Amino acid sequence: MTLNYLEQLAIGIIGAALLLGLIRMLIGPSAPDRVISADTMSVTVTAALTLVAAAFGSDLYLDVALVYGALSFVGVVAIARVIEGGKA
Amino acid sequence: MRLIADIILLLGAVFCFLGALGLIRMPDIYNRIQAGTKAATLGSIAIILGVGLLYPSWWGKLVCISGFLLFTSPVSSSVLARAVYLSGVKPWSHKEKASASLKHQTGEKS
Amino acid sequence: MINKHNLHHHLFLFSTLLFLWLLLTSSLAMDELLAGILVASIVSLISAPYLDIFNGVRYTPMAVVAVLRYLGYFFVALIRANFDMAGRVLSPSLPISPAVVEVQTRLKSRLGQMLLANSITLTPGTLSVDLNNDRILVHWIAAPEGISLEQATHDIASGFEQHISGFLE
Repeated sequence: MTLNYLEQLAIGIIGAALLLGLIRMLIGPSAPDRVISADTMSVTVTAALTLVAAAFGSDLYLDVALVYGALSFVGVVAIARVIEGGKA
Repeated sequence: MRLIADIILLLGAVFCFLGALGLIRMPDIYNRIQAGTKAATLGSIAIILGVGLLYPSWWGKLVCISGFLLFTSPVSSSVLARAVYLSGVKPWSHKEKASASLKHQTGEKS
Repeated sequence: MINKHNLHHHLFLFSTLLFLWLLLTSSLAMDELLAGILVASIVSLISAPYLDIFNGVRYTPMAVVAVLRYLGYFFVALIRANFDMAGRVLSPSLPISPAVVEVQTRLKSRLGQMLLANSITLTPGTLSVDLNNDRILVHWIAAPEGISLEQATHDIASGFEQHISGFLE
Protein backbone atom coordinates (compact mmCIF):
# COMPACT_ATOMS: atom_id res chain seq x y z
CA MET A 1 0.00 0.00 0.00
CA THR A 2 1.36 3.41 -0.93
CA LEU A 3 0.98 6.07 1.71
CA ASN A 4 -0.89 9.27 0.99
CA TYR A 5 0.04 12.68 2.40
CA LEU A 6 -2.03 12.39 5.55
CA GLU A 7 -0.35 9.12 6.48
CA GLN A 8 3.09 10.52 5.76
CA LEU A 9 2.24 13.50 7.96
CA ALA A 10 1.16 11.14 10.75
CA ILE A 11 4.47 9.28 10.51
CA GLY A 12 6.32 12.60 10.65
CA ILE A 13 4.45 13.65 13.80
CA ILE A 14 5.22 10.32 15.47
CA GLY A 15 8.88 10.83 14.58
CA ALA A 16 8.81 14.29 16.17
CA ALA A 17 7.21 12.82 19.30
CA LEU A 18 9.97 10.21 19.53
CA LEU A 19 12.56 12.97 19.08
CA LEU A 20 11.08 14.95 22.00
CA GLY A 21 11.15 11.81 24.13
CA LEU A 22 14.79 11.32 23.21
CA ILE A 23 15.57 14.91 24.26
CA ARG A 24 13.98 14.30 27.66
CA MET A 25 16.00 11.11 27.92
CA LEU A 26 19.22 13.00 27.23
CA ILE A 27 18.62 15.97 29.56
CA GLY A 28 16.48 14.21 32.19
CA PRO A 29 17.92 15.26 35.53
CA SER A 30 17.26 11.96 37.32
CA ALA A 31 16.98 8.29 36.45
CA PRO A 32 13.16 8.08 36.75
CA ASP A 33 12.82 10.91 34.21
CA ARG A 34 14.76 8.85 31.72
CA VAL A 35 12.72 5.74 32.51
CA ILE A 36 9.37 7.47 32.04
CA SER A 37 10.58 8.88 28.76
CA ALA A 38 11.60 5.37 27.69
CA ASP A 39 8.16 4.08 28.74
CA THR A 40 6.30 6.74 26.77
CA MET A 41 8.52 6.16 23.76
CA SER A 42 7.96 2.41 23.87
CA VAL A 43 4.17 2.84 23.93
CA THR A 44 4.48 5.17 20.96
CA VAL A 45 6.76 2.74 19.14
CA THR A 46 4.29 -0.10 19.72
CA ALA A 47 1.65 1.93 17.90
CA ALA A 48 4.14 2.98 15.24
CA LEU A 49 4.93 -0.70 14.55
CA THR A 50 1.29 -1.34 13.71
CA LEU A 51 1.54 1.60 11.32
CA VAL A 52 4.63 -0.02 9.80
CA ALA A 53 2.62 -3.21 9.38
CA ALA A 54 -0.04 -1.20 7.54
CA ALA A 55 2.55 0.51 5.35
CA PHE A 56 4.17 -2.79 4.34
CA GLY A 57 0.86 -4.62 4.23
CA SER A 58 2.26 -7.52 6.26
CA ASP A 59 0.71 -8.65 9.54
CA LEU A 60 3.99 -10.13 10.79
CA TYR A 61 4.78 -6.72 12.26
CA LEU A 62 1.73 -6.99 14.53
CA ASP A 63 3.40 -9.88 16.35
CA VAL A 64 6.55 -7.80 16.59
CA ALA A 65 4.51 -4.97 18.14
CA LEU A 66 2.90 -7.30 20.69
CA VAL A 67 6.20 -8.82 21.80
CA TYR A 68 7.87 -5.40 21.87
CA GLY A 69 5.12 -4.04 24.12
CA ALA A 70 5.41 -7.01 26.49
CA LEU A 71 9.18 -6.78 26.77
CA SER A 72 9.20 -3.01 27.34
CA PHE A 73 6.60 -3.39 30.10
CA VAL A 74 8.71 -6.00 31.87
CA GLY A 75 11.78 -3.81 31.47
CA VAL A 76 10.12 -0.72 32.96
CA VAL A 77 8.79 -2.67 35.93
CA ALA A 78 12.24 -4.18 36.56
CA ILE A 79 13.95 -0.78 36.44
CA ALA A 80 11.28 0.67 38.74
CA ARG A 81 12.08 -2.07 41.25
CA VAL A 82 15.75 -1.11 41.08
CA ILE A 83 14.90 2.57 41.68
CA GLU A 84 12.75 1.60 44.63
CA GLY A 85 15.87 0.17 46.20
CA GLY A 86 15.32 -3.45 47.03
CA LYS A 87 12.29 -2.94 49.30
CA ALA A 88 9.52 -5.42 48.58
CA MET B 1 -13.33 5.07 4.61
CA ARG B 2 -9.67 5.69 4.07
CA LEU B 3 -10.12 9.38 4.87
CA ILE B 4 -11.73 8.57 8.23
CA ALA B 5 -8.90 6.15 9.03
CA ASP B 6 -6.32 8.78 8.10
CA ILE B 7 -7.95 11.41 10.29
CA ILE B 8 -7.98 9.02 13.25
CA LEU B 9 -4.33 8.14 12.56
CA LEU B 10 -3.41 11.85 12.52
CA LEU B 11 -5.34 12.46 15.75
CA GLY B 12 -3.46 9.62 17.42
CA ALA B 13 -0.12 10.92 16.20
CA VAL B 14 -0.95 14.40 17.51
CA PHE B 15 -1.82 12.95 20.93
CA CYS B 16 1.48 11.06 21.01
CA PHE B 17 3.24 14.31 20.16
CA LEU B 18 1.38 16.19 22.91
CA GLY B 19 2.40 13.50 25.39
CA ALA B 20 6.03 13.92 24.43
CA LEU B 21 5.66 17.70 24.63
CA GLY B 22 4.22 17.30 28.13
CA LEU B 23 7.25 15.16 28.96
CA ILE B 24 9.45 18.13 28.05
CA ARG B 25 7.35 20.92 29.57
CA MET B 26 6.18 19.53 32.89
CA PRO B 27 8.21 20.62 35.92
CA ASP B 28 8.52 17.43 37.95
CA ILE B 29 8.51 13.66 37.62
CA TYR B 30 4.91 13.00 38.74
CA ASN B 31 3.46 15.44 36.21
CA ARG B 32 5.70 14.01 33.51
CA ILE B 33 4.39 10.52 34.29
CA GLN B 34 0.81 11.81 34.04
CA ALA B 35 1.27 13.63 30.75
CA GLY B 36 3.34 10.89 29.14
CA THR B 37 1.15 7.95 30.12
CA LYS B 38 -2.29 9.36 29.35
CA ALA B 39 -1.55 11.01 26.05
CA ALA B 40 0.64 8.19 24.73
CA THR B 41 -1.96 5.56 25.65
CA LEU B 42 -4.88 7.27 23.93
CA GLY B 43 -2.67 8.25 20.99
CA SER B 44 -1.52 4.67 20.50
CA ILE B 45 -5.05 3.32 20.72
CA ALA B 46 -6.20 5.87 18.15
CA ILE B 47 -3.36 4.86 15.81
CA ILE B 48 -4.24 1.17 16.26
CA LEU B 49 -7.89 1.97 15.57
CA GLY B 50 -6.86 3.79 12.38
CA VAL B 51 -4.82 0.81 11.22
CA GLY B 52 -7.79 -1.41 12.00
CA LEU B 53 -9.96 0.73 9.72
CA LEU B 54 -7.36 0.46 6.96
CA TYR B 55 -7.05 -3.35 7.30
CA PRO B 56 -10.33 -4.69 8.74
CA SER B 57 -9.09 -8.30 8.64
CA TRP B 58 -6.49 -7.62 11.35
CA TRP B 59 -8.89 -6.63 14.10
CA GLY B 60 -8.23 -9.67 16.31
CA LYS B 61 -4.57 -8.96 16.85
CA LEU B 62 -5.18 -5.22 17.01
CA VAL B 63 -7.71 -5.75 19.81
CA CYS B 64 -5.06 -7.86 21.59
CA ILE B 65 -2.44 -5.13 21.26
CA SER B 66 -4.71 -2.31 22.40
CA GLY B 67 -6.07 -4.32 25.31
CA PHE B 68 -2.54 -5.13 26.35
CA LEU B 69 -1.55 -1.45 26.15
CA LEU B 70 -4.61 -0.39 28.15
CA PHE B 71 -3.75 -2.88 30.85
CA THR B 72 0.02 -2.46 31.13
CA SER B 73 0.64 1.21 30.51
CA PRO B 74 -1.09 2.48 33.68
CA VAL B 75 0.48 -0.36 35.67
CA SER B 76 4.00 0.56 34.62
CA SER B 77 3.43 4.25 35.30
CA SER B 78 1.96 3.49 38.72
CA VAL B 79 4.87 1.20 39.57
CA LEU B 80 7.29 3.94 38.57
CA ALA B 81 5.39 6.60 40.53
CA ARG B 82 5.41 4.34 43.59
CA ALA B 83 9.15 3.78 43.26
CA VAL B 84 9.76 7.52 43.01
CA TYR B 85 7.45 8.19 45.95
CA LEU B 86 9.13 5.57 48.13
CA SER B 87 12.57 6.91 47.26
CA GLY B 88 11.42 10.18 48.82
CA VAL B 89 10.77 12.66 46.00
CA LYS B 90 8.18 15.28 47.01
CA PRO B 91 5.76 16.68 44.41
CA TRP B 92 6.68 20.04 42.93
CA SER B 93 4.49 23.05 43.72
CA HIS B 94 4.81 26.63 42.58
CA LYS B 95 3.29 28.32 45.62
CA GLU B 96 4.67 28.59 49.15
CA LYS B 97 1.19 28.06 50.53
CA ALA B 98 0.66 24.88 48.59
CA SER B 99 3.94 23.37 49.71
CA ALA B 100 3.14 24.26 53.34
CA SER B 101 -0.23 22.51 53.22
CA LEU B 102 1.41 19.57 51.51
CA LYS B 103 3.96 19.26 54.31
CA HIS B 104 1.09 19.34 56.77
CA GLN B 105 -0.62 16.49 54.93
CA THR B 106 2.41 14.24 54.66
CA GLY B 107 3.38 14.98 58.23
CA GLU B 108 0.00 13.80 59.40
CA LYS B 109 0.30 10.58 57.49
CA SER B 110 3.74 9.45 58.64
CA MET C 1 -8.47 -31.23 42.84
CA ILE C 2 -11.40 -29.67 41.06
CA ASN C 3 -14.36 -29.34 43.38
CA LYS C 4 -17.63 -27.54 42.96
CA HIS C 5 -16.28 -24.41 44.61
CA ASN C 6 -13.60 -23.55 42.08
CA LEU C 7 -15.23 -24.98 38.98
CA HIS C 8 -16.33 -21.46 38.04
CA HIS C 9 -12.77 -20.30 38.50
CA HIS C 10 -11.44 -22.95 36.09
CA LEU C 11 -14.14 -22.28 33.52
CA PHE C 12 -13.51 -18.53 33.65
CA LEU C 13 -9.76 -19.01 33.21
CA PHE C 14 -10.26 -21.51 30.39
CA SER C 15 -12.66 -19.32 28.44
CA THR C 16 -10.46 -16.26 28.86
CA LEU C 17 -7.45 -18.14 27.53
CA LEU C 18 -9.43 -19.61 24.64
CA PHE C 19 -10.79 -16.19 23.76
CA LEU C 20 -7.24 -14.75 23.71
CA TRP C 21 -6.10 -17.64 21.50
CA LEU C 22 -8.93 -17.05 19.06
CA LEU C 23 -8.15 -13.34 18.91
CA LEU C 24 -4.48 -14.03 18.23
CA THR C 25 -5.02 -16.61 15.50
CA SER C 26 -8.19 -14.86 14.25
CA SER C 27 -9.44 -18.00 12.49
CA LEU C 28 -12.09 -20.56 13.37
CA ALA C 29 -10.50 -23.46 11.47
CA MET C 30 -10.92 -26.84 13.14
CA ASP C 31 -7.23 -27.55 13.78
CA GLU C 32 -6.60 -24.11 15.28
CA LEU C 33 -9.65 -24.50 17.50
CA LEU C 34 -8.57 -27.95 18.70
CA ALA C 35 -5.04 -26.78 19.46
CA GLY C 36 -6.46 -23.77 21.30
CA ILE C 37 -8.76 -25.92 23.45
CA LEU C 38 -5.89 -28.26 24.29
CA VAL C 39 -3.47 -25.47 25.23
CA ALA C 40 -6.08 -23.48 27.15
CA SER C 41 -7.14 -26.49 29.24
CA ILE C 42 -3.54 -27.47 30.05
CA VAL C 43 -2.57 -23.93 31.02
CA SER C 44 -5.71 -23.34 33.10
CA LEU C 45 -5.27 -26.66 34.93
CA ILE C 46 -1.64 -25.92 35.76
CA SER C 47 -1.94 -22.28 36.70
CA ALA C 48 -5.35 -22.11 38.38
CA PRO C 49 -4.08 -22.67 41.95
CA TYR C 50 -1.67 -19.74 41.61
CA LEU C 51 -4.08 -17.27 40.03
CA ASP C 52 -6.11 -16.49 43.14
CA ILE C 53 -6.31 -12.89 41.90
CA PHE C 54 -9.47 -13.83 40.01
CA ASN C 55 -11.27 -14.83 43.21
CA GLY C 56 -13.57 -11.84 43.43
CA VAL C 57 -15.20 -12.19 40.01
CA ARG C 58 -19.02 -12.35 40.11
CA TYR C 59 -20.41 -15.05 37.82
CA THR C 60 -23.84 -13.63 37.06
CA PRO C 61 -25.44 -12.55 33.78
CA MET C 62 -25.72 -8.98 35.07
CA ALA C 63 -21.93 -8.87 35.39
CA VAL C 64 -21.57 -8.83 31.59
CA VAL C 65 -23.78 -5.75 31.38
CA ALA C 66 -21.75 -4.17 34.18
CA VAL C 67 -18.49 -4.83 32.28
CA LEU C 68 -19.86 -3.18 29.15
CA ARG C 69 -21.14 -0.16 31.07
CA TYR C 70 -17.79 0.13 32.85
CA LEU C 71 -15.96 0.07 29.52
CA GLY C 72 -18.17 2.81 28.09
CA TYR C 73 -17.71 4.99 31.17
CA PHE C 74 -13.97 4.33 31.09
CA PHE C 75 -13.47 5.32 27.47
CA VAL C 76 -15.43 8.55 27.92
CA ALA C 77 -13.26 9.37 30.93
CA LEU C 78 -10.08 8.51 29.00
CA ILE C 79 -10.94 10.83 26.12
CA ARG C 80 -11.93 13.64 28.50
CA ALA C 81 -8.65 13.12 30.36
CA ASN C 82 -6.66 13.54 27.19
CA PHE C 83 -8.32 16.76 26.11
CA ASP C 84 -7.85 18.05 29.63
CA MET C 85 -4.16 17.13 29.54
CA ALA C 86 -3.71 18.57 26.05
CA GLY C 87 -5.16 21.88 27.26
CA ARG C 88 -2.77 21.97 30.19
CA VAL C 89 0.29 21.11 28.11
CA LEU C 90 -0.49 23.59 25.35
CA SER C 91 -1.41 26.60 27.48
CA PRO C 92 1.67 28.79 28.03
CA SER C 93 1.10 29.34 31.75
CA LEU C 94 1.02 25.59 32.62
CA PRO C 95 -2.04 25.70 34.97
CA ILE C 96 -1.22 22.99 37.49
CA SER C 97 -1.27 22.84 41.29
CA PRO C 98 -0.33 19.27 42.14
CA ALA C 99 -0.76 17.57 45.50
CA VAL C 100 -0.93 14.04 46.89
CA VAL C 101 -4.30 13.04 48.34
CA GLU C 102 -5.72 9.81 49.77
CA VAL C 103 -8.77 7.98 48.48
CA GLN C 104 -10.75 5.24 50.20
CA THR C 105 -12.24 2.28 48.37
CA ARG C 106 -14.82 -0.28 49.43
CA LEU C 107 -13.75 -2.88 46.84
CA LYS C 108 -12.47 -6.00 48.59
CA SER C 109 -10.84 -8.10 45.86
CA ARG C 110 -7.30 -7.38 44.75
CA LEU C 111 -8.28 -7.45 41.08
CA GLY C 112 -10.98 -4.85 41.71
CA GLN C 113 -8.60 -2.58 43.58
CA MET C 114 -6.03 -2.91 40.83
CA LEU C 115 -8.63 -2.12 38.16
CA LEU C 116 -9.73 0.92 40.17
CA ALA C 117 -6.13 2.12 40.48
CA ASN C 118 -5.61 1.66 36.74
CA SER C 119 -8.77 3.58 35.97
CA ILE C 120 -7.73 6.41 38.27
CA THR C 121 -4.38 6.60 36.49
CA LEU C 122 -6.00 7.01 33.10
CA THR C 123 -8.64 9.61 34.07
CA PRO C 124 -8.43 13.40 34.21
CA GLY C 125 -5.51 14.73 36.17
CA THR C 126 -4.98 11.84 38.57
CA LEU C 127 -2.24 9.23 39.00
CA SER C 128 -2.44 6.45 41.56
CA VAL C 129 0.84 6.17 43.42
CA ASP C 130 0.45 3.55 46.13
CA LEU C 131 -2.12 1.04 47.33
CA ASN C 132 -2.36 -0.32 50.85
CA ASN C 133 -5.40 -2.02 52.35
CA ASP C 134 -8.35 0.15 51.34
CA ARG C 135 -6.45 3.41 50.77
CA ILE C 136 -5.16 4.53 47.39
CA LEU C 137 -2.59 7.32 47.33
CA VAL C 138 -3.35 9.60 44.38
CA HIS C 139 -1.26 12.34 42.83
CA TRP C 140 -3.72 14.97 41.65
CA ILE C 141 -2.53 17.52 39.13
CA ALA C 142 -5.07 20.21 40.05
CA ALA C 143 -6.02 19.51 43.64
CA PRO C 144 -8.25 21.96 45.51
CA GLU C 145 -6.57 23.05 48.73
CA GLY C 146 -7.36 21.29 51.99
CA ILE C 147 -9.65 18.65 50.47
CA SER C 148 -10.95 15.98 52.84
CA LEU C 149 -10.73 12.21 52.36
CA GLU C 150 -14.46 11.84 51.74
CA GLN C 151 -14.55 14.66 49.21
CA ALA C 152 -11.53 13.29 47.32
CA THR C 153 -13.07 9.82 47.30
CA HIS C 154 -16.29 11.23 45.92
CA ASP C 155 -14.52 13.28 43.25
CA ILE C 156 -12.05 10.66 42.03
CA ALA C 157 -13.07 7.12 42.80
CA SER C 158 -16.79 6.69 43.43
CA GLY C 159 -17.93 6.70 39.80
CA PHE C 160 -15.56 3.92 38.82
CA GLU C 161 -16.15 2.07 42.06
CA GLN C 162 -19.87 1.89 41.38
CA HIS C 163 -19.30 0.45 37.93
CA ILE C 164 -16.58 -2.01 38.97
CA SER C 165 -18.59 -3.30 41.95
CA GLY C 166 -21.13 -4.60 39.44
CA PHE C 167 -18.78 -7.40 38.39
CA LEU C 168 -16.12 -7.63 41.11
CA GLU C 169 -16.36 -7.86 44.88
